[in-house]
Amino acid sequence: MDKVYTRPKSLKKAVFHYCPGCGHSVVHRLICEVIDEMNLQEQVIGIPPPGCSVFAYHYFDVDMAESAHGRGAAVATGIKRAYPEAIVFTYQGDGDLAAIGTAETIHAANRGERITAIFINNAVYGMTGGQMAPTTLLEQKTTTTPYGRDIKLEGYPIKISEMLALTKGAVYIERTAANSPANIRKTKKAIRKAFQTQIDDLGFSLVEILSPCPTNWRMTPIEAWQWIDKVMTKEYPLGVIKDITGKQDAD
Amino acid sequence: MAKVLMTGNAAIGEAAIRAGCQCYFGYPITPQNELTEYMATHLSRRKGCSFIQAESEIAAINMVYGASLAGARTMTSSSSPGISLKQEGISYLAACELPAVIVNMSRGGPGLGSISAAQSDYFQATRGGGHGDYRTIVLAPSSVQELADFTHYAFDLADKYLIPVIILGDGMLGQMMEPVEFKHEAPQELPVRSRALRGAKGRPSRIIKTFTSKPAELEEINWSLFRRYQLIKKHETTFETFMTDDAKLIVVAFGIAARIAKGAIKTARANGLKVGMLRPITLWPFPSEKVQELAKSVKQYLVFEMNMGQMIEDVQLALGGNGEVSFYGRPGGVIPTPSEVYKVISRLYYQKGLK
Repeated sequence: MDKVYTRPKSLKKAVFHYCPGCGHSVVHRLICEVIDEMNLQEQVIGIPPPGCSVFAYHYFDVDMAESAHGRGAAVATGIKRAYPEAIVFTYQGDGDLAAIGTAETIHAANRGERITAIFINNAVYGMTGGQMAPTTLLEQKTTTTPYGRDIKLEGYPIKISEMLALTKGAVYIERTAANSPANIRKTKKAIRKAFQTQIDDLGFSLVEILSPCPTNWRMTPIEAWQWIDKVMTKEYPLGVIKDITGKQDAD
Repeated sequence: MAKVLMTGNAAIGEAAIRAGCQCYFGYPITPQNELTEYMATHLSRRKGCSFIQAESEIAAINMVYGASLAGARTMTSSSSPGISLKQEGISYLAACELPAVIVNMSRGGPGLGSISAAQSDYFQATRGGGHGDYRTIVLAPSSVQELADFTHYAFDLADKYLIPVIILGDGMLGQMMEPVEFKHEAPQELPVRSRALRGAKGRPSRIIKTFTSKPAELEEINWSLFRRYQLIKKHETTFETFMTDDAKLIVVAFGIAARIAKGAIKTARANGLKVGMLRPITLWPFPSEKVQELAKSVKQYLVFEMNMGQMIEDVQLALGGNGEVSFYGRPGGVIPTPSEVYKVISRLYYQKGLK
């Protein structure tokens, strides 16, 4: 009998600590599938962030190192510059990449660093207990916006991927979601393309993944999946935001 | 090699390249810009090397962290306010046992302060500086030649003990020009450090981290760090003594202040005052044992610093009441002259009845 579905080689045999319905475990698996299919396990160095996915190194069977909050793009830059043969990716949440690490992210993108960012947007700070993130939607209730996010007081949800697309060094940016079999397949394709962009030495690549956080959204996993479609994608439309991989040589 | 005339900042850059520094990440701040500029000119296009003018001090130190993870000899430099920003990254380097060299051409503080030379970052440098229990080796040069020599030494120490090493200079040392001789040629190739992250090829995958949900695990990491710190204290404490053999009064000073004090002590000797000097070269580890040894015969100490009194605490701790300590300090970037320090020495000498 043919085996059609198996644990990726680069995914360790460990039980995920993530909550039921969380998007992290799905995205971890997708990245590992891509690493296997592209035969990159011996080349990849991953930089997970502080946050729920700080323990990503317990799941990925590749070289990994912890990063200070928000500094993933700078750490990845240092690794890639010191050892360009590596395929370096950061795994970052919305608070990490779009709040405390905004400067590091924008400048790494603008320099066209040959690194790949996997950006998990779940519109809250997860591990710390569901506080407002820069990506929290208007009127969304969090522990630090108990009355709902009010533009007059808390400002607007930030569209960091669209901002990054304005930098010349960013060559591939796509927004996907981890909330349905179809979207999960598209996410995997985007991750593959992002890694390929790095392998082809073209510049900075990023995949933003709208990811469910049922615990902090106070929803069931199914409600969380539906909320991404009905509410989140209205603010953060899915699709390719920038792709100049076929149109130019490296800057 | 023949001597060349260089600024202190440029001498560090040349010495770093000759020590095999492959990656330099910096951010402009006075009075250390000549170093960043030297690396831009001489390192950025070198084969296998990388130079980035980072978007911030925080980014620069985290690039150092990344390059060190990948096994490169790496360095950053800044001056006091920038070094404050780098503390986050220095704490992570120390925690993850990653070697790096960090140069602080310190200036007057607190706050934005002044761009003139000061020694007010002693506490920050010798007490770890960032969050958590850790130490860094701190070297205090007092000439352009020492800036060059200690830079090379700093890379070796960092690799030997897997620890960040701070070179604590000051704006004056960085800016002044002196003849300097470089004793090493740049290596063709450096061996890859054994714990470097270079992809899990032919070995199991590797994790570099400290975060744990088990406090006992972190306690063991702290113990392990401090066992190494004990080793460093035992083997790497360095100092210079000057005319201490028959001294009745010993001046304790480091870095550029020691150089100023040396001039004052020469005048004192010419006037028949028996004054000597102890200059700690490693500020951490501090030469406490040498202080205790001197205290067997000398009871009067004058600590002279270009700050409001920071190293004096280490001198007092070392003496443990076994000697009398006076202090002279000029903070804020004021640079005292040798004759000014001589006046302090001679006044103290007579006040204490040493003549």
